[in-house]
Amino acid sequence: MKKILLIIFYLFAFNNSLYAIVEVDITRGNLDPLPIAVSPLYIEPGSEDITQNGKIIKNIGEEIAKVIEKNFKRSGLFNPLKKESFVQNPDVAHIKPRFEDWRLIKAQALVTGKVTISEDKLRAEFRLWDVVAAKEMVALAFSTTPDNWRRVAHIISDKIYQRLTGEEGYFDTRIIYVSETGEKTQRVKKLAIMDQDGANIKYLTLGNELVLTPRFSPKNQLVTYLSYFKNLPRVYLLDIETGVQEVVGDFPGMTFAPRFSPNGEKIIMSFAKDGNSDIYTMNLKDRVVEKITDHTSIDTSPSYSPDGKYICFNSDRSGLQQIYVMRSDGSQVKRITFGKGLYGTPVWSPRGDLIAFTKVHKGKFFIGVMRPDGSGERLLTENFYQEAPSWSPNGRVLVFYRETKTDSDGKGFSTKLWSIDLTGYNERLIKTETDGSDPSWSSLLSK
Amino acid sequence: MNLKKFLIIIAAGLTLTACASGTKKSGKMQGDVYTGSATIEYLATGVADRVFFASNKSTLTTAARDILRKQAAWMRKKKDLTFTIEGHADERGTREYNLALGERRANAAKDYLMTYGISGSRLSVISYGKERPVNSGSTPLAWSQNRRSVTVKAN
Repeated sequence: MKKILLIIFYLFAFNNSLYAIVEVDITRGNLDPLPIAVSPLYIEPGSEDITQNGKIIKNIGEEIAKVIEKNFKRSGLFNPLKKESFVQNPDVAHIKPRFEDWRLIKAQALVTGKVTISEDKLRAEFRLWDVVAAKEMVALAFSTTPDNWRRVAHIISDKIYQRLTGEEGYFDTRIIYVSETGEKTQRVKKLAIMDQDGANIKYLTLGNELVLTPRFSPKNQLVTYLSYFKNLPRVYLLDIETGVQEVVGDFPGMTFAPRFSPNGEKIIMSFAKDGNSDIYTMNLKDRVVEKITDHTSIDTSPSYSPDGKYICFNSDRSGLQQIYVMRSDGSQVKRITFGKGLYGTPVWSPRGDLIAFTKVHKGKFFIGVMRPDGSGERLLTENFYQEAPSWSPNGRVLVFYRETKTDSDGKGFSTKLWSIDLTGYNERLIKTETDGSDPSWSSLLSK
Repeated sequence: MNLKKFLIIIAAGLTLTACASGTKKSGKMQGDVYTGSATIEYLATGVADRVFFASNKSTLTTAARDILRKQAAWMRKKKDLTFTIEGHADERGTREYNLALGERRANAAKDYLMTYGISGSRLSVISYGKERPVNSGSTPLAWSQNRRSVTVKAN
C-alpha cells in the first residue's frame, strides 16, 4: 500500500485566520450540523480522463466533491448543501468566491478546488473558505496516481475536518471486518477490507475456514486474526500488502482474541488450555512469549492503553464477566465495572481517555464508554445483540456489529456494521455487499 | 487436581439440579437435557452425543453426567477410537468470551470422561464459541440447545 500512497503535500498558502468564526464543536451531540458548500472541483482544461474498471469517469471533480460530501454527511457534524443551489461556477469560485452568493444559500463554509491530470499523475488542490468572515481558512495541494482519487477526497475531508473541529480526521482510513454469508448454522466467513466509507471492498480469504476478529496494527499494514485453518483455532498474522500469513506462536491449544500493542511490536491474546483461558503476549521480533495473567477463570479480550502501560480485559473471576485493568506486566489487577449486568470486550480509546465496552443486561446488549477507572459510564446504544466496538483513530466514532433476532425457523437473521459517535448521536449503518461482523478501524493511512 | 475439579463439579451439579427441579421445563426439555429426536444423534444405540449447559456455566448437570458415563462405557469398549469434544455457546454472549466458554465446557466433558477411565490422549477438544449453533432460532429453547458439548468420533 505504502508505495502507491506516495502523496505529496504542498502547503502553498496557509492562512492562520485567528478571527475565523466558523468552528465545529464535536464534544457534544451535534444537532445543528454546519452548513457547508462543497463546490465540484474545477478540472484544468487538457486533463486526461480517469478510467476505473474499464469505464471513464466523466467528471472527476464532481466525483471527488461527492465523496467529500458523503464523508461530511456521515460525520453528522456537517450539512452539505445541494449543488443545484450553487450560483458561482467552480473555476471562478476557486480563485475568489463571491461570498454574498454563498451566504445567500446559508453556507457557512465553502470548499473549492482544482484537479489536473497529466502523465498519469493527479494533482488536486483545495481551499476552505469561511463564508461568514469572508476569509480563506486553509489551502493545500496533493499529487498522487489517478486511481487514488478517492483517497484524495478523503484526505481533503480530513484536512477540512481538522481545520473546523481542531481534531484529527478519520476519513482516510480503512476498516477490516468479517464478511458473512449463508445459513446461520453454517456461516461462511471471509476477511474483508474496505475504505471507511464502504467503497473498495476486497476479500482477503476464500471462506474455506472460519475466520474471526481481525484487528489492524496501529503502525502498519499487518492484521492479526483468528483462523480455524485445519480445524486448529489459532491466532494468525496477515500482511495485507503481500498476502503472507503466518501463525503466531507455537501454542498447544486455542489462541484467540488477538490485538496489537500500540507500537505494533507485540500481539496480546488469550491462550486456552484445560478449560482455562489466560492472557499472553508475543513479541513479533524475538518471538518471546510472556504469560500476563494467571488465574483459573476466563481472562480474555485484552486491549492495551495507547501508552502501552496498562491492559484492560474481561474476566469472570468474580463469577460473572466483568472488566479489569492491570499494568502491562500483569500486576495490580483492578476490577473497574460494578454496574448491573455483564461487561465485556473492553477497548481502550486511541486518545487514552475512555474504554469502550459491550454490556449485557436484562437480555439487551449495549455499547458504552467509561473512564479507565470505571467511572462515568455512558451507554450509547441498546439493541437485541451488538458487540465488539472499535475506535476511529481520532477516538470520536465507534464501529461495531449488530445481529438481528431470528424467528423459530431461523429466518430474519442478519449481521451488519454500524457506527455511532462518542456522543451517542449519529448512529449509522455501514452498507456492505454481504453481512459483516467484527469490524476493526485502521489508523490514518497518510500519517 | 482432577479429583478436586470433579468434586467441585459434583457439588455445583447438585446445587444446579436443586434449582432446576423447582421450575418445570416445557416441551422437550428434561432438566437441562433436550430429548427431542431432532437434535439427538447417536454414537451408538442409546447414547446421546451431546450434553447441555446452563447460561454462562460449564458445570455438568446430573443428566449431563449420566450421558457422559454412558459415553465412557461405550468408549471403553471401542479402544481404537479417538474423539473430539466440541464446546459451544449460545448467541447471547460476546464472541471472544464464548470461545473461552466453549473451551471450558468441552474440557468439563473431557475431564468427566477421563475420571471414568478414558485416556486423555484419546480425547481432543475444540471450541466453536457461538459460531456453530444447531438451532438458528433466537428463543430460550434454541439457546439451551446450542449451549452444548458434542462428542464426535475423530477417526
